Amino acid sequence: MIQKTNSRKKHDLSQLIIPLAALGILIVFNLIRGIAIGDLGFFSITTRINNDGNMVLSGNLISIIDDASALAIIAMGMTLVTAACGGQDISVGAVGAISGAVFVKVLDAFGLDNISVLSIVVGLLAAIGVTIIFTLFNGTLVAVFKIQPMIATLILFSCGRSIAYMITGSATPQLNDKLINAIGKTIPGIPIPTPIFLVVIMALILGLVFKLTNLRLYTQTVGINQGAARLNGINPTAIKLLSFVLLGVCVSLASMIQVCRLNQLSHKTLLDAIEMDAILAVAIGGNSLGGGKFRLAGSILGSYIILMLTNTLNDMSVKPESIKAYKAIVIIIIVIAGSPAVKEKISAFWKKVHNSSRRAVAGR
Amino acid sequence: MKKILALVLALVMVLCAASALADGIKVGIINLDPAESGYREANVKDMTDTFTAENGYEATFVTAPTADKQLDAARGFIADGVKYILVSAADADGWDEVLQEAKDAGIGVFLFDRMVNADPSLYTAAVVSDMDKEGETAVAWLESLGLEEYKILHIKGQLGSAAQLGRSGALDKKCEAEANWTIVREGTGGDSWDPEEARKIAQAAIDANEDFNIIYAENDGMAQGAVAALDKAGITHGVDGKVIVMGFDCNKYALRELLAGNWNYDGQCSPFQAKLIDEMIKKLEAGEAIEGLNELNQIINNEVGFDAKTITQEDIDTYGLGE
Repeated sequence: MIQKTNSRKKHDLSQLIIPLAALGILIVFNLIRGIAIGDLGFFSITTRINNDGNMVLSGNLISIIDDASALAIIAMGMTLVTAACGGQDISVGAVGAISGAVFVKVLDAFGLDNISVLSIVVGLLAAIGVTIIFTLFNGTLVAVFKIQPMIATLILFSCGRSIAYMITGSATPQLNDKLINAIGKTIPGIPIPTPIFLVVIMALILGLVFKLTNLRLYTQTVGINQGAARLNGINPTAIKLLSFVLLGVCVSLASMIQVCRLNQLSHKTLLDAIEMDAILAVAIGGNSLGGGKFRLAGSILGSYIILMLTNTLNDMSVKPESIKAYKAIVIIIIVIAGSPAVKEKISAFWKKVHNSSRRAVAGR
Repeated sequence: MKKILALVLALVMVLCAASALADGIKVGIINLDPAESGYREANVKDMTDTFTAENGYEATFVTAPTADKQLDAARGFIADGVKYILVSAADADGWDEVLQEAKDAGIGVFLFDRMVNADPSLYTAAVVSDMDKEGETAVAWLESLGLEEYKILHIKGQLGSAAQLGRSGALDKKCEAEANWTIVREGTGGDSWDPEEARKIAQAAIDANEDFNIIYAENDGMAQGAVAALDKAGITHGVDGKVIVMGFDCNKYALRELLAGNWNYDGQCSPFQAKLIDEMIKKLEAGEAIEGLNELNQIINNEVGFDAKTITQEDIDTYGLGE
């Protein structure tokens, strides 16, 4: 029994080796670059006084963690859907736009000049409610009608932003308000950006839910073998639908962060192309895109890696024309390093080294 | 059944009589989907507001997002015997045949906003924006400030788009020519002109302690994104601030930021072509010739830039796009 748990722990940690290594390599790369140009400013964290007169922390590392917030939250939801359904929801960006539109519409109903905690809470709850309806639509197509997730979510992927447009019309509402800044930037008196806390809270809630209940086991079972799950009394449809509900909550929260961060809602660009980064974060985090076992921490790490890469390239002032090419090269290296084929080769190599050294000892 | 048929016939006759009575200039207007952008929405509204019965027109409007639907609409208008066709083409290619048919039928064709790849003799005139001029106007405004040093954070739009090339071109040329004009950093908002990307670019520049005093963002959304990064870092901007903020497109919200002194400049990309076409049609109807066309039969739509110091609420109401 003890042996069993140990081996499980070992396996769990091995999943995080690749993302941790990637993060380490990016940090070392920036260190070397800093030493080469004689300026380690990339790692410095300073304080500034923002335009509202509050002290805030500033620096690349803070920016990376802060910028990754929306992505990390969506990546958590994406991980759950991936684990349970063995596929990805590509409509998260478009559904996020709908969620943002609902959020701002409610704020508008209360009056944009007169934003209060109440209007924000009502707005967020309404946004979450509407978003869950849309993600459940996806979930029903996937869980009940057994449509491939990518095809099922293609529908909202293509029409979601039009729905958001129908909600807000041609308006690009501006939200210049202290409370909005407190959510999207910093709360007066707390120098750490608020979105970072929201990621921590979301991770804690999901982490606790999966720690204290059997949900992790159920989700993984459904992801690995639906038939076996059903025979053991687990309802695969319910588990899949639940993963979409949780994704909906994640998307709403991320959408609110971005709206507050940019002080505006634009149905066309809100969370633009976030689905691709979210899927990438799940993959870099060592999760199988085919479903089954998952680690939320891996996906969060994956998000930080993506943003660290973006931030590094921006910091190096890479020409905008070629920034995507550099990004692609680094990502392909990370993904190949984490691929099963490479992992197998490496473990086989280790075994060989191990065995030959043992043989050498025995021979002596 | 017979009753219904009779009713329909009666209705048709009434409609025919009505249209004969209306006696306006028959025009067919083919535009793109208004949901496409704030620009297009304003453009469609401009057309419907100008070509009205009170203004002496009998106009039919079609908004179609694709080339084949637009071509069908154009053929329909030719069959209906309209006097003029106005087109903002979804696709520059494939118009030769239809334009020739229209010409043979004696129908005048006006292109607006978007050009087509066809011989200039096939259309009466084209009203278009000059993207190069938009950039030049903005750079000339910047030069007129007479700053000692121009340290620019340049945020480009969708790379390769006409708007990006025009707006970047003038700035790049100026920075090459003048020693005190430097581009500190440049980045792009990508294909969707994403404000979030613009914010990250500005954030990276701030984190690296780059010294810049101008943000040249190629549309309003990206300017707003960059400003969010400035606000967070406590860098003042606008009329009394450290950093000069420049945007393009003249959305209402951007012009309001100008009026409040938070931004400094906004360049117009005018969606208002209806009035120019209206004037040309009236001239043709009066038997006069259209003047001022270039070798491509184009008229360049006059576009302005707004300065935070001189903008008025009236400008916002007249020129602002969206809400």
